[in-house]
Amino acid sequence: MLTTESLQRIDREIEKYPADQKQSAVMAALAIAQEERGWLSNETIEFVANYLGMAPIAAYEVASFYSMYDLNPVGKYKLTVCTNLPCMLSGGVDAAEYLKAKLGIGFNETTVDGKFTLKEGECMGACGDAPVMLVSNRRMCSCMGPEQIDRLLAELE
Amino acid sequence: MTILGAIQPMLTSGLDGDNAWRLEHYLKRGGYSALKKVLAEKISPDEIIGEVKKSGLRGRGGAGFPTGLKWSFMPRDYQGNKYVVCNSDEGEPGTFKDRDILRYNPHSVIEGMAIAGYAMGASCGYNYIHGEIWEIYKRFEEALDEARSAGLLGANILGSGFDFDLFAHHGYGAYICGEETALLESIEGKKGQPRYKPPFPANFGLYGKPTTINNTETFASIPWIVNLGGDAFLNAGKPNNGGTKIFSISGHVNKPGNYEIPLGTPFSTLLEMAGGMRGGRRLKACIPGGSSSPVVPGDVMMQCTMDYDSIAKAGSMLGSGAVIIIDETVCMVKALERLSYFYYEESCGQCTPCREGTSWLYKIVHRIENGNGREDDLELLESITGNIMGRTICALGDAAALPVQSFVKHFRDEFIYHIEQKKCLVPVDIQRAGSGFFSALS
Repeated sequence: MLTTESLQRIDREIEKYPADQKQSAVMAALAIAQEERGWLSNETIEFVANYLGMAPIAAYEVASFYSMYDLNPVGKYKLTVCTNLPCMLSGGVDAAEYLKAKLGIGFNETTVDGKFTLKEGECMGACGDAPVMLVSNRRMCSCMGPEQIDRLLAELE
Repeated sequence: MTILGAIQPMLTSGLDGDNAWRLEHYLKRGGYSALKKVLAEKISPDEIIGEVKKSGLRGRGGAGFPTGLKWSFMPRDYQGNKYVVCNSDEGEPGTFKDRDILRYNPHSVIEGMAIAGYAMGASCGYNYIHGEIWEIYKRFEEALDEARSAGLLGANILGSGFDFDLFAHHGYGAYICGEETALLESIEGKKGQPRYKPPFPANFGLYGKPTTINNTETFASIPWIVNLGGDAFLNAGKPNNGGTKIFSISGHVNKPGNYEIPLGTPFSTLLEMAGGMRGGRRLKACIPGGSSSPVVPGDVMMQCTMDYDSIAKAGSMLGSGAVIIIDETVCMVKALERLSYFYYEESCGQCTPCREGTSWLYKIVHRIENGNGREDDLELLESITGNIMGRTICALGDAAALPVQSFVKHFRDEFIYHIEQKKCLVPVDIQRAGSGFFSALS
């Protein structure tokens, strides 16, 4: 189900916790699985649960509770834009509107070519760098004015 | 991170160059000398806790609870594992200081946690890092590797017989995990839903073991206190408000960013350090301690000093030190609408007053903002906030209610105008110009 590399990464996470607390690695394991598979299907979640020796429903509870897990397929790149108040004051909402117009999609939608999914995010803890957006959960982009957004989209082509 | 003025910063000193976060650089500027001193001189745990108490250090995550007192709650004679946990799940809108501490000075947190482990008899720690800052999490893991390789973490640290290991746990998007018991649930691999207190974590914490949870900045302050003494730390601030503090300034200033200043510094000085108001516009309001703290009108804020007591007197809270600056281009109904949406989104759903109440608060503010407000909506908002506060397991309910109460109290005219005129008091084109986003296009 998952590659040897992903399983090795999960094993390293398990080692961080007491031997009888493998479930503690579920958040990291789900993130690693999502990185490999693109999103978390029920089958993937069940696989992770079995790997850690926990009930599949308990792993599903975690996957559905935390907002960065995708329980449905997303585009090649997921762009999450923070629109919370501090970002909004410095253009976060405007940046989201600009992206919607450029990509021709709304929040929680994916472009027809399957390249971009747009998400509205909550505080990323980077308010001084607003507007802020996150590319596929991993790369944070700061001070995203129109020019910077254009450049990012071109780079992700 | 920006440091200005003739202030001796404690948390951000000597952070020059791209490699300042590395162990080598940290050692060069005196890093790990506090841990070495504690281990070499065999300073007693009681003495360390006493020094932290004397320093007046208060929790930097938002609640402001005295750190030394918290440490003293840990049971002494407990047989078995105890834990120290660092809360770097920084998701309070307006706050971004912990990210910079971990980015530029991660070893100060590691050293602070190791000393805390020694003082409280814990041999294992976890640092819970906010989900959205993956790059910072990776860096912290690298810093941990450096410390382990140098014998500063792990078994028998520097030959002292003291064992302490530390691991990073990466969150994945849940504001509620900043609440300490939700954070513990999350480390245990569960949904981040807060626990009933009591029992408090000092008695029943991670995996049911005695646990102390402190904020990133709190731990980062510990080496300084051990090196220079509690009195020196206290004297750097003002009585009951010891030390310096990093303030995160966001919103309508020329130079948003983190600024480390002694507690008790006038707000006007801090505003000046952040480059003053963007476009020279008027300060309409300020949220001084993160989005959960009550909003303060601009003229009142200008009279405040930045410390726990002065901000409390102005009717708000110093919180995490997240200062959100709002100028006259902002419609306060719209601002509140966005904050209310946040709490509605992030309520964990465990307690009915919060789960249902945050939804109602958002829906009502949303309809006022969109010209569908009703005459009795402001009374309704007051009634709902009153029914949330004090009726939930954790503080998120209160955190959702306080902004609503304070926005309506201080900017009542704007809410009434919205309800009666069905539009904003602040013209839409002025609002649009406020963010400066589209001016870059023209």
